[in-house]
Amino acid sequence: MTDKSDVLVGDQILISEDVCRIENLVYEKPETLTDTVMHYCPGCGHGVAHRIIMEVVDEMDLQEDTIGVAPVGCSVFAYHYMNIDMQEAAHGRATAVATGIKRVLPDKFVFTYQGDGDLAAIGTAETIHSINRGENILIVFINNAVYGMTSGQMAPTTLEGMTSTTSPYGRDIKTMGHPLKIADMISILPGAHYVTRQAVNTPANVRKAKKAIQKSFEYQKLGKGTCFVEIVSNCPSNWKSTPVESNKFVVEKLIPFYPLGDIKVPKE
Amino acid sequence: MGDVKLMKGNEALAEAAIRSGCDAYFGYPITPQSEVLEYLARELPNRKNAAMKILQAESEVAAINMIYGAAGAGKRAMTTSSSPGISLMQEGLSYIASAELPCLLANINRGGPGLGTIQPAQGDYFQSTKGGGHGDYHLIVLAPSSVQEMADHVRLGFDLADKYRNPVMILSDGAVGQMMEKVEFPEQITNLQVDKPWATVGKPKSRERNIITSLHIDPHEMEAINLRLQEKYKVLKKNEVRYQTFMTDDAEYLIVAYGLAARISQKVVELLREQNVKAGLIRPITLFPFPSEIIKQVGSRVKGILDVEMNAGQMIEDVRLSIEGKTRVEFYGRMGGVIPTPEEIFEHFEKIFLKGESK
Ligand SMILES: Cc1ncc(C[n+]2csc(CCOP(=O)(O)OP(=O)(O)O)c2C)c(N)n1
Ligand code: SF4
Repeated sequence: MTDKSDVLVGDQILISEDVCRIENLVYEKPETLTDTVMHYCPGCGHGVAHRIIMEVVDEMDLQEDTIGVAPVGCSVFAYHYMNIDMQEAAHGRATAVATGIKRVLPDKFVFTYQGDGDLAAIGTAETIHSINRGENILIVFINNAVYGMTSGQMAPTTLEGMTSTTSPYGRDIKTMGHPLKIADMISILPGAHYVTRQAVNTPANVRKAKKAIQKSFEYQKLGKGTCFVEIVSNCPSNWKSTPVESNKFVVEKLIPFYPLGDIKVPKE
Repeated sequence: MGDVKLMKGNEALAEAAIRSGCDAYFGYPITPQSEVLEYLARELPNRKNAAMKILQAESEVAAINMIYGAAGAGKRAMTTSSSPGISLMQEGLSYIASAELPCLLANINRGGPGLGTIQPAQGDYFQSTKGGGHGDYHLIVLAPSSVQEMADHVRLGFDLADKYRNPVMILSDGAVGQMMEKVEFPEQITNLQVDKPWATVGKPKSRERNIITSLHIDPHEMEAINLRLQEKYKVLKKNEVRYQTFMTDDAEYLIVAYGLAARISQKVVELLREQNVKAGLIRPITLFPFPSEIIKQVGSRVKGILDVEMNAGQMIEDVRLSIEGKTRVEFYGRMGGVIPTPEEIFEHFEKIFLKGESK
C-alpha cells in the first residue's frame, strides 16, 4: 500500500520528503534549457515540447552541433529557453531559413519549431517545398488548432464547428474550408523520410513524442531527408478553458480528428 | 593581367560571385536575370575549387529567407531577381537589415509597375534606396553601368556587406544585365576577411548561445537597435560614397544620371560639347549612400542641372535635396522599359536650358 504523498519511481516507493534529496533526484534540467522562466500560459503544451527537444539534444550530446529556427507565434521566444544557437524566422519562413542554414552547414543538426498558423497557413509553400526537396532537417509542428499569439483566431487546423475569435459561431466548412491535415498531406512527398503525429497531454504521450524526436535526430545524422513530428497540443487561454479541460478537449476532439501515431516510417 | 572575357552582364555577375568566394546562391527565375542561376548551374560542376551551394527556390520569398539562414550561419550568400521578384523579397530584406546580416542581392530592374515589361527601367530607385520593406532601414545600393562593373560590384558588394553587416544591393537594369562587353577578372581575388563571432554555427561550451533575431518587444530596446542602424548609415555616408565625374571641371551645365541612363547621358555631354556647350556629368555609383557633396559642389556653380532617369523622376528628389535650392534642377525620363536616345535628351536639354522655352 502506498500513501497519497508517496511517489513511485520504477518499483521503488519514495516518501515525498525523500524526493527533495539530491541522491533521490530522477530528473535534472538539461544543460540545453536556460534558466529563463517561460512565458507560456499555465498548462500550455509549448513548454513540454521545448523540454523534450532539448532533452534529446542534451542526451545525444548535440548542443554544439544543433541550430534551431524559431517561428512567429507563441513560441517566437523559443531561443530564450533553448540553450543553443538559434535563428528567428519571419512568419511561415522557418523551413526556408533552415534550408539556408543546412545547405551551408550540412554537418550540423537543424530543426524548426512551428505552430499551425506559421507552418500550415502563411508558410505552406515553404513547408511543402522544403520537404519535397528532402531537406535533411527536423520540423517540429505544434498543432493547437488556433492562432495562439494573436489571441485565438481560426487556424487552418481549427476543427469543424470549433469556435475562435474569427469563427465565433463555429468553423463553417462551406465558407471557411476544411481543417488541414498537413502531416497526412506531406507524408506522400518522397522527400519526407519520417512523419509522425504525437501529443504531450499525458506522461506516456510525452515519452512517445520524445522518442519520435530522438529518432528524427538519428535519421538526420544518417542524412535521410526531412523528419516531421506533429505534436497535437492545447491552448487553454484561447480555448477559454482550464488546463485540465483543455487536455480533455485534446483527447475528445482533437486526437479523434488528428489520430496519433506514425504516418510514414522509413523502410529499413 | 587577369582573365579577359566577352560576357553578358548577368554572366559576369555570376562569374564574379564564384570568384569572390560566394558560399551560397538561392534564386528564382525571372527575366531579365535568369542567366545568373543558369550560368551557375552550368559552371559550378566544372569548378573543382568552388564550394558554392546553389538552389532554385520555390519563390523569391523562400530564396531571400534561405539567404537569411545562410548569412546568419556566417556564409557569403547571394540572390538575384528583377522588379516583381524584388518586391516579394522586401519582407526578408527588412528582417535581414534588422538582424544586420551581410548578404548581396542584385535587382536587374525591369519596367513596371505590376507585371510590367521585361525591358530595362529604373523604376525601383525609391524601393531600393529608401528602404523598400517595413521599418527604418537602408540597403547599401551600388549602380553599375557596364558589364565590367557588374563583376567588380560583386566583390565590392560582399566586402561592404561584411564590413558593415548590412545587405547590399546591386541595382542595374535589363540592358546592363543583357549587354555583352569585355570584362576583366583579376588574377588574384583578395576578399575582406572578417570574423563573424555572432554567426549561428552551433554553440561551443565556451561561449554564450548566438541568437539571430529582429524581434525586440521592448520599445526602448527596439529604439536602441534603430539608433545603432542610423549610426551605421551615418558612417556609410561618410566613408562609402562612390561616384564618377565626366568633364565637370569647367562645366556650366550638369547632367546627373546613373546606370544605363548615365552611359547614354555621357553621349549627350559629348553632343553638347560639340555645340560648344560646356556640359558635364556626375554618375552616382552608390545610390545609398548618395553622393550629395559632389553634386552640391559642382551643381552649385552651374547654370542648370538635368536629371536623367528611366522612370518618372525618383533620384531627382535626392539631387534637389543635395543642391538645396541653389540651382535649377530639371528632369528628363522615359518609363515602362523605353530607353531614351542621346538625341532626344539633347533636344530636351536644348529646349529648356538653351532656348529658354518652358516645358
Ligand atoms: C507576416 C505576418 N503576418 C501576421 C503576423 C501576426 N501573427 C503573429 S503570430 C500569428 C499566428 C501564430 O499562430 P500559430 O503558428 O498557430 O502559433 P501559436 O501562437 O498558436 O503557438 C500571426 C498571424 C506576423 N507576425 N507576420
Ligand atoms: S496563448 Fe495558447 S499557445 Fe500561447 S502560450 Fe498561451 S496557451 Fe500556449
